[in-house]
Amino acid sequence: MEHAEYLQQLASQQWLIPLIPLVAAGIQALLKQRSRKLSATLTISAMALACLLALRAFFATLGGDHGDHHEVGRAFYNFTWFAFGTTKLELGFILDPLTAGMATMVTFVGLMIFINATGYMHDDVNFTRFFCFLSLFAASMLGMIISNNLLLLFMCWELVGLCSYLLIGFWYYKPSAAAAMKKAFITTRIGDVGFFIGILMLYHQTGTLNLYTADGTGALQQADKLATLAGWWGLSMAGTIALMLFIGAMGKSAQFPLHVWLPDAMEGPTPVSALIHAATMVAAGVFMVGRMFPVFTAGAGDWVMDFVMWVGCITAVFSATIAVAQFDIKRVLAYSTCSQLGFMVMALGAGGLSAGQFHLLTHAFFKALLFLASGCVIIGTHHEQDMRKMGGLRKYMPITFVCYVLGTLALAGFPLTAGFFSKDEVLLVTYHHNKLAWGLATFAAFLTAFYMTRQIFMVFFGKWRGGEAAHGHAHAKHDDHGHGHGGHVPHEVPWNMTGPIAILSVFAVLMGWLGTPWLGDNFFHHYLAPSEPAPHHSNLVLWLSIGVGLFGIFLGWFFYGRRPMEHATDADPLQAKLGALFTWLNRKWFIDEIYEATIIRWTMALGVLFRLVDKLVVDGLLHAIAWITWGISWFTRQVGDELIINGGFDAGCEGVRGYAKILAKLQSGRVQNYFRILCLGTAILLVVYFIK
Amino acid sequence: MSITLGHYLALAAMLFTIGLAGALTRKNAIIVLVAIEIMFNAAILNLVAFWHFKVFTTLTAQMFAMFSIAIAAAESAIGLALVIAIYRHYRSVDVDEMKTLQG
Repeated sequence: MEHAEYLQQLASQQWLIPLIPLVAAGIQALLKQRSRKLSATLTISAMALACLLALRAFFATLGGDHGDHHEVGRAFYNFTWFAFGTTKLELGFILDPLTAGMATMVTFVGLMIFINATGYMHDDVNFTRFFCFLSLFAASMLGMIISNNLLLLFMCWELVGLCSYLLIGFWYYKPSAAAAMKKAFITTRIGDVGFFIGILMLYHQTGTLNLYTADGTGALQQADKLATLAGWWGLSMAGTIALMLFIGAMGKSAQFPLHVWLPDAMEGPTPVSALIHAATMVAAGVFMVGRMFPVFTAGAGDWVMDFVMWVGCITAVFSATIAVAQFDIKRVLAYSTCSQLGFMVMALGAGGLSAGQFHLLTHAFFKALLFLASGCVIIGTHHEQDMRKMGGLRKYMPITFVCYVLGTLALAGFPLTAGFFSKDEVLLVTYHHNKLAWGLATFAAFLTAFYMTRQIFMVFFGKWRGGEAAHGHAHAKHDDHGHGHGGHVPHEVPWNMTGPIAILSVFAVLMGWLGTPWLGDNFFHHYLAPSEPAPHHSNLVLWLSIGVGLFGIFLGWFFYGRRPMEHATDADPLQAKLGALFTWLNRKWFIDEIYEATIIRWTMALGVLFRLVDKLVVDGLLHAIAWITWGISWFTRQVGDELIINGGFDAGCEGVRGYAKILAKLQSGRVQNYFRILCLGTAILLVVYFIK
Repeated sequence: MSITLGHYLALAAMLFTIGLAGALTRKNAIIVLVAIEIMFNAAILNLVAFWHFKVFTTLTAQMFAMFSIAIAAAESAIGLALVIAIYRHYRSVDVDEMKTLQG
């Protein structure tokens, strides 16, 4: 009982967590451009404070006796925002394992990213603006995590979208960045329409936007009731709403076919990529599905969960194949993120809430690590992003190299690393649900190991290939945000960039033990979703996942490590083997081109058609009306205005002027005259008074 | 012969008339100001006299006299400042020449 009260008290203070970064962002918005140190200090200390608060909440949810009755410790705090008539609009905060775990991850990973960003953005003029946006980004993500209300969640959800728009286009003077920011915003907006429809339907059906309420009328608490109502397309109402919500998550978490914005989001500064791809933007979609999970599972007989699983599965395989054939260091990681998000969504679709969320958490750590490390590589090689022009960096950047390898091992699912446990969990859940999806996912896991090994060998092994291309055109292309170019030899980056990645790599290696089934109970599973049955252990899944991981690493070494590339212009070893298929993958299955040729072209054609209609019909009508009006007004002007009104008015004015001339004589300007008249008047008044 | 309220009022009336005549007829702006001050003091004399002969039992008349003195001082300060400013502009203090504000 005491513990429940403590939780309740913490839940009512949850708003502090997003408020602190929000205030920091607000202050920074007012700072001068050159107060860089103050800005960075504010951002980092606000995030550290938020991290402490999140940790306090996390440890609070750990304690307690929820383990016995298969119910997570959950506390919430609702309050009325405003009321119109009898309708009240409520907002609320929540504290449960899902929230606490996510908040801890976001604040901690965010903190590491912010510290690293002080190094990456060191030479940028708009340092203050950057950190202001970062703070706002963190604040909106945290606001989304703690909200116990779909309205608040949606507001923060849109703020997250806005911040990613601002940050992807941080270098807005680059046309590619400006295009990428619009693409990210519009693509996620397509998903948001679905999300919004889902919210409205949920409100219509349950009459509340609160997720949980004390009297059990919260939207999620009524999920079972929704399952009994009929919805659209042969789904139950719960299924329909879940589908609509999932469309929102597809946009945010970059699921096929709305994934196209994510790789282009690489145009932003690398810390932004780390933030978007690990802690915030893409995590928002998966988190939202996790948050609304009761609605998803309520319609058990529906095809929604299968739909979710297959979307995730297709995304996982599809993006992994693309990542194999990319040359941009960040683009490989971007497609890898896409693929890993597919894994998470697939696990959720297969009914594994804890597996999906666990992979989300571990992935956040090692993907943030990989992105920050790639940022170090980019800075260390003087803004080079093409892996063909790197090579041999292991000698020049030893710390970055070690961290990068640890991150890669975690992502590839090397035994005993974080990614191994979480990915194994995902595969296990999927195996019990659908064998085909499991097979495809295992193939994707193999590709993951392969392309990450390829990246390691291309970037860090062999000899330095950057110097030879430095004289060519390629160098000038990347040289757009002035960095002191002395020599062209890569160098190790300062401590404020290596420090965070070193810390993150510790987590990337060790964090998996939180969710291992080997140490008695699976701690994370038990913590997050105690009521969910733990999937049966399967040796086949375990050994196959280890096997494909190691095989992928071996193949990566076989193609790229045995004989490293000699020159930057060399063909990729895979290109010779795969031929046209490689080009096909390198161009990302031509998805962008397909969109260009279909949806975008149709929209454009529709636009041209509408423009014609506008010109001929609407404008014609408008012009006709305008001409008629013009004619009428010409007539009234000549006859009515000039003749009658102006004439009459002029005559009146002349009269007034004449009388005014006479009256003006009275005002002589002599003070004593006025005074005399005043005295005379007083005298007359007195005489009249006394005579009466 | 004892001095009665009537004497005071007569003196005040005389002072007021002298002041009024000065203000109406003199051409020198400073003299006009002085004349206005005399009128002020005539009024204040009235108030004090009424208080002295217990026409009013409260201290209102005293307070009113104090206020009037303060206001008269402020007014003459502003008036003199204006006269000086006008002198600098016109090189003259003749009130008849100050007639720019006419219709």
